[in-house]
Amino acid sequence: MKRFLPLIILALLAILPLIGLSTYMMHIVILVIMWSVIGMAWNLLGGYCGQVSFGHAAYFGAGAYTAGILYFKLGLSPWWGLPLTIIVVTVVSLFIGFLCLRLRGPFFALATLAMGEVFRVTSENLVDFTGGDLGILIQERTWVEKIWYYYIILFIAAGTFFLIKKVIESKLGYYFVAIREDQDAAESLGINTTLYKTIALCLSGILTGFAGAFYTNYMGYIDPKVVFALHDISIVTIMVVMVGGVATYWGPVIGAIIMVFLAEIIRSIPWLGVAHHTFFGILLIVIIIFLSNGIAGDFPKIKRLFRIRGTS
Amino acid sequence: MSVQIEVFLQTLIAGLLLGGLYALIGLGMTIIMGVMKIINLAHGELMMVAMYIAYWVFVLFHIDPYLSVFISMPLLFFLGVGLQKFLINPVLKVESILPENQVILTVGIGMVLSNLATIFFTSDYRSTPVDYATKAWYLTDYWKAAPFELSLSFSWTVSFLFAVIITVLLWFFLTKTDMGKSIRATAQDLDAALLMGVNVKKMRVITFGIGASLVGAAGSLFIPIYYLYPALGGQFTLIAFVITILGGLGSTVGAIIGGLILGVFEAMTATYLGMGWAPVGRFLIFVAALIFLPGGVASLLRRKRFGK
Repeated sequence: MKRFLPLIILALLAILPLIGLSTYMMHIVILVIMWSVIGMAWNLLGGYCGQVSFGHAAYFGAGAYTAGILYFKLGLSPWWGLPLTIIVVTVVSLFIGFLCLRLRGPFFALATLAMGEVFRVTSENLVDFTGGDLGILIQERTWVEKIWYYYIILFIAAGTFFLIKKVIESKLGYYFVAIREDQDAAESLGINTTLYKTIALCLSGILTGFAGAFYTNYMGYIDPKVVFALHDISIVTIMVVMVGGVATYWGPVIGAIIMVFLAEIIRSIPWLGVAHHTFFGILLIVIIIFLSNGIAGDFPKIKRLFRIRGTS
Repeated sequence: MSVQIEVFLQTLIAGLLLGGLYALIGLGMTIIMGVMKIINLAHGELMMVAMYIAYWVFVLFHIDPYLSVFISMPLLFFLGVGLQKFLINPVLKVESILPENQVILTVGIGMVLSNLATIFFTSDYRSTPVDYATKAWYLTDYWKAAPFELSLSFSWTVSFLFAVIITVLLWFFLTKTDMGKSIRATAQDLDAALLMGVNVKKMRVITFGIGASLVGAAGSLFIPIYYLYPALGGQFTLIAFVITILGGLGSTVGAIIGGLILGVFEAMTATYLGMGWAPVGRFLIFVAALIFLPGGVASLLRRKRFGK
């Protein structure tokens, strides 16, 4: 049963549009799936390999701008951005990895944060190339119906899920976990830590880049402040994983569901809408203090808590 | 030619004055990093809080922003102590997969602070309309035959002098007092300090308070020359971090030199490339430091001292 759980859920998700959700609900579901992709990608690098990145907006934005610039400069369909992202984001990841992977722990975290900002400021200033603050508007939408977007992002998400599962269950995954647990020990056992950290970074970056390229196609508008946003992309990515569960397969998915719905609910209440960062921040603080491994990671703890309360 | 020299010198002066203030921001972060081994990502937000304190003190009680240093420093000290005691300390004990939890926690704190500021004070840009804002000293007033004209803004200079005084006081505190020595011992080796009878827990709390009050002072000094809005924190957190990397992790002298270098470099990019590129210049220097000088300025100093 447990082995087929991902397939069952995938099948259920595949027939989900048939029950006739409203356009708004479809939009939310698409966002949830997109955020799970980003969360899973971050989880590969942060959760399994232990390299906490605060700059995933760099990859997201690079993916988004790959698709956007193809349309803006070359007049091609932004869908070509999806395959091309692999090349662009690999280059970006190698560049960031070369600079940042020499740092460890919190310093890596902050260096990636700075890199995310570098990308934002650069794209704001390269007006001729990226359109600067005006952003890029995709004038013709491929489909008006959301259902095709839904299946495309579902396909990406399913691919991401199985790829990560495959990677983590292979030798590569054990290397990653070894690096997370003790980098020096891993190195002394003959693991080329720089190489494997770079691999994790590239994989994670490419998957995030896919989400970014999809975002351009789906939303039809990007600008540096949106796709390279520090709080709304990089930090929310971390929150998705932290809330859901670090180093678990389903954590990012659970986190994405909670975060997207929470964001929508808070924003829809008029006088609470402005405070949504406060709620995110408080949620983050509470999660870190009480459930430091996230909902999926600390599930036994939650279960125990309820059982004790149930019996007494 | 003389115009170019004039522009260059003027930029250099502006950069040094800015760098002095940056050094103060970087110092707070460096001290916290040295003792607690964590990066305080709410650093810029703490500065934003201090700036709002200075602003409201000015608007409500008409107290000069420079005098409000004496108000914002203690207030920020207690804020820092509170944050450390009730939020960060509990997390230090928790076992979790990712050791970066404390860093992420400070992000959460920063988010809450800046968002609360947006709610309470709206996201309007504010500044304190002090009457000396446009006052400046000119070189030709003192030296009639000067080949070129240089000016020194009054408020920038006063801010810079305040920053220097606070830095000197901090140096005095860290090297001459018992508590300062205990803090440095904790930074060097936590376990050894514990064995020598240093109350490490207390030192951590106090260090966070000092770091916060340093950045609080910087906030008060910045408000006469800068404008204020709730989202300003993130930018200064990054500046503080770039300075710490540039200066060498946890080194106070390095942070001062790093702050000055950053200030000059930023002023240069702003003059010669345009204002929009100043942040890029900041990161260029950061990247260059990572590649060519991973230990920061501190490693250079150390090398010189040991004659290697």
